[in-house]
Amino acid sequence: MTGDLHFPAAPQTEASEALRAEVRAFLEVELADRPSIMRAKSWNGFDAAFSRKMGQRGWIGMTWPKAYGGHERGNSERYVVLEEMLAAGAPVAAHWIADRQTGPLLLKFGTEAQKASVLPRIAAGELFACIGMSEPDAGSDLAAARTRAEPVAEGFRINGTKLWTTIAHRAHYMVLFCRTSGTVSDRHVGTSQILIDLATPGITIRPIIDLAGEHHFNEVVFEDVIVPASAVIGTPGEGWQQVMSELAYERSGPERFLSSMALLVEMIRLLGASPAREAKVAVGRLTAHLLVLRQMSRSVAWMLEQGKDAALQATIVKDLGALYEQEIPDIARRLIAANPDDPATRGFCALLAHIVANVPAFSLRGGTREILRGIIARGLGLR
Amino acid sequence: MSQTGDILAATMASLFETSLGEEIARASRQGTFAAAGWQAVEDAGFPLALLSEAEGGYGFDLAEALDLIRIGGYHAAPIPLGETMLANLLLARAGLPLAEGPATFFACDDKREAGGVPWARHAATLVAVRDGHVVRLLTSDVEIAPDLSPSGLPRDVVRWNREATGAILPNGLQPRALGALLRALEMAGALQRVLELTVLYANERIQFGRPIGKFQAVQQQLAILATQAAAARAAADFAAHAFDGQGALLAIAAAKSRVGEAAGIAAAIAHQVHGAIGFTEEHRLHLYTRALWAWRDEFGGEAEWEARLGAEALAQGGEGFWPFVTGVAA
Repeated sequence: MTGDLHFPAAPQTEASEALRAEVRAFLEVELADRPSIMRAKSWNGFDAAFSRKMGQRGWIGMTWPKAYGGHERGNSERYVVLEEMLAAGAPVAAHWIADRQTGPLLLKFGTEAQKASVLPRIAAGELFACIGMSEPDAGSDLAAARTRAEPVAEGFRINGTKLWTTIAHRAHYMVLFCRTSGTVSDRHVGTSQILIDLATPGITIRPIIDLAGEHHFNEVVFEDVIVPASAVIGTPGEGWQQVMSELAYERSGPERFLSSMALLVEMIRLLGASPAREAKVAVGRLTAHLLVLRQMSRSVAWMLEQGKDAALQATIVKDLGALYEQEIPDIARRLIAANPDDPATRGFCALLAHIVANVPAFSLRGGTREILRGIIARGLGLR
Repeated sequence: MSQTGDILAATMASLFETSLGEEIARASRQGTFAAAGWQAVEDAGFPLALLSEAEGGYGFDLAEALDLIRIGGYHAAPIPLGETMLANLLLARAGLPLAEGPATFFACDDKREAGGVPWARHAATLVAVRDGHVVRLLTSDVEIAPDLSPSGLPRDVVRWNREATGAILPNGLQPRALGALLRALEMAGALQRVLELTVLYANERIQFGRPIGKFQAVQQQLAILATQAAAARAAADFAAHAFDGQGALLAIAAAKSRVGEAAGIAAAIAHQVHGAIGFTEEHRLHLYTRALWAWRDEFGGEAEWEARLGAEALAQGGEGFWPFVTGVAA
């Protein structure tokens, strides 16, 4: 138990620091006119043209084999690109999920045909993906998913509804988690992952507007959708194990603690160089948390690169990261005397309102706080 | 961690288990110095662990050597291990003779007096830093007024009268920062022990017909405790790895602040889960929790270090903040 909680220090290489300078120079030009309210959208900011530029730079699919359009660079270099993009508030949503999850999943479990046709286009920043996991009655309890792919002569016939599917309305493909045999009472057994071309007939995508008034979520309905048998990813019936193997990547990245970065930066700007001691203490505390979270998150990336199991550490990063992202707006509104009618703080007020409306999601998406803590408790030997 | 680091850590841990067990830690809170245990630590050469071969040490990796202090915290620190290691580092880098026996270090004002000096009454060598100089003192040079920290560990007032100029203080070795690093490492170790004790207790204690650790409400609290212990260790490691670099002071500031915060949260949960038995003198929990409460305030509490780190961060402005963060490299 005790060794599991260690986060060994990740080395910082000269190559990754050179890359950092390159990314910063790129962002300085690309984001020159991007206002902080747009930067605050963080990894929800969608811009297909920006994603293509990143693809041209070789910053998507960085660790993948060159044979599939990748660049065979280290995970630590990929980490540098991710954190620089997020810290600057770059609009990375278009390729984010495909780069983080779909690509690695296909590399690990996909067929040769899937890898050859999909991965190079993801790496080019031209193919976007979404993940069909949650359903109306299956949120945290993913094993309760009812969407079903029935084996038929042509392959599979799919019926069911997916919910909270981020960017489904702009994605080309979905990785669908569904049942291919048995019943819901079989829980983890009999589930599979299927690669769905979203242009396939029978798929209806409806928007769900979030409380910040934005459209990221969707409801995706499958009605007698026919896909070929070759669309299955990995081994039919082992969908659950495959999904679980993605989670360490999903839970530990810099996106788990940088979501309120634009507000923190704006707060520091408004406070100026020598505010009251109270503000120095608050900013110092947030800086300390950020330095430590970054250390832990980089450590997980490094452990994954070494082929180590870092699932528990990743869960810890996500739980602590969400707490951090969520407390920034409350600290900011206490330290800054802001007024929407004052031109000096109007931007801050808009930014604050945007972050406040988004923070509830930080401890829901990618595993709720309570689920994460249940996983940690299991790691401690309590369950 | 290197193979040498693994061996070092394992040797230190087994030395604590055989010669400096919990009953000795308990006695250390009641004024008994663990002389035999200290001798074993000295015989093993640990007081020189931070020194290069040229300085009279072994040339261990600095971060791995600093980790020994964390292990000391895991064992409730019944001896001035970290104090002596760091006192020797100060002496070696200032070009002075190394310490004899247990040692401590402190910053001193014009009156050549300092309060809150840990372990002073048991130290054979006392290293004072005054006016940019390092002064090596022996027991015959000082008068000591004994006092106790809230954890029951010795924390004394030291006065000295001998005229001594000493040697120039090397860069980056301000006593307050060294002490903050020392306490951050010890707290990280103690937090690991508090987590283990609390999980153990939650699995043993039966109420309503099952171990209390089976209740989700308790599990969620233990998960928080685990995340805080993990963050504390990562923070202390961060400072240990940054120790000889340019970002050392900022990393220490971050570590002392983050670990101190973790200590408060974790100790509260540990006591809540332990219930009434954990609130007794008889139970072992207080060896660690009272130490955490004392250590988080020694050599600057969270707010002091946060104000220092915050002032540096704010000086960069909004644009410079992120480059500042990535620049405090481990």
